[in-house]
Amino acid sequence: MQGLPDWITLGGHGLYVWGSYAVTLVAMLVDAWSARRAVQQQRDRLEEDPT
Amino acid sequence: MFASPPRFCAMAAATTPWLWAACLVLTLAGLYIGFAVAPTDATQGESYRIIYIHVPAAWMSMILYVAMAFWAAVGWAFNARMGSLLAHALAPTGAMFTFVALWTGALWGRPTWGTWWVWDARLTSELVLLFLYLGYIALRAAIDDEQRADKASALLAIVGVVNVPIIYFSVRWWNTLHQGASVSLTAAPRMAQIMLTGMLVMTFACWAYAFAAVFTRARGYALERDAGAAWVHEHLETHAKERA
Repeated sequence: MQGLPDWITLGGHGLYVWGSYAVTLVAMLVDAWSARRAVQQQRDRLEEDPT
Repeated sequence: MFASPPRFCAMAAATTPWLWAACLVLTLAGLYIGFAVAPTDATQGESYRIIYIHVPAAWMSMILYVAMAFWAAVGWAFNARMGSLLAHALAPTGAMFTFVALWTGALWGRPTWGTWWVWDARLTSELVLLFLYLGYIALRAAIDDEQRADKASALLAIVGVVNVPIIYFSVRWWNTLHQGASVSLTAAPRMAQIMLTGMLVMTFACWAYAFAAVFTRARGYALERDAGAAWVHEHLETHAKERA
């Protein structure tokens, strides 16, 4: 780890800190994707069966 | 607006892009304050920087549960479709924030307490909250009839809301490893102003995210429930044109 900027290693706690934000990012992306899918499914359904 | 699916969907479609944009801008601002402006904590060192997501996520997990129980109760008491739809749409995002609060708490606990997890009142009641969200989602999914699903899941949501004050007051009622509240509506904050500012900006980012995700999902559910209605065709055609 030596040589990396301090703001990446964060005093040896970088794995925990950046890990927290990585877990959050993945969880939010999955949630946002599932929310968007709810609308997209209706759009696809209408395209398949316009009646 | 919250009683009429067509009006709700029009409002959601119009506001959601702005909410996503607000979420992105506020997140970048909050992370800049939290990582570039706020100093190292005197006692916890750099690991304290997890609070910029942990605390907002924990707050959102409780607030969204109360909102879910409220809308479920409105849907049940007044037979209001949008109430039940909003409760249904709130559950996955609330579960996500609870999951994030638990995980980021574990990632903060390891370097600070020396352990990923302890069965203390705050952590355990937050885990119970995750199970309540998952139970609500599973119960809805298990019942095919929409109206029966609305009522059964509303009952679970309303009963489960008793867990929220238990989470909030657990650090006062019991002797927990988890620290007490650093921010309260009735007392001065017990943290540096710049750290508090970063945390509040991240909280607003989480609010914008929650509104955007819940509005998007509720819109999808409303379109699904009224599939075949003229307004659904008009709405999708209007917004298909906007996208193109």
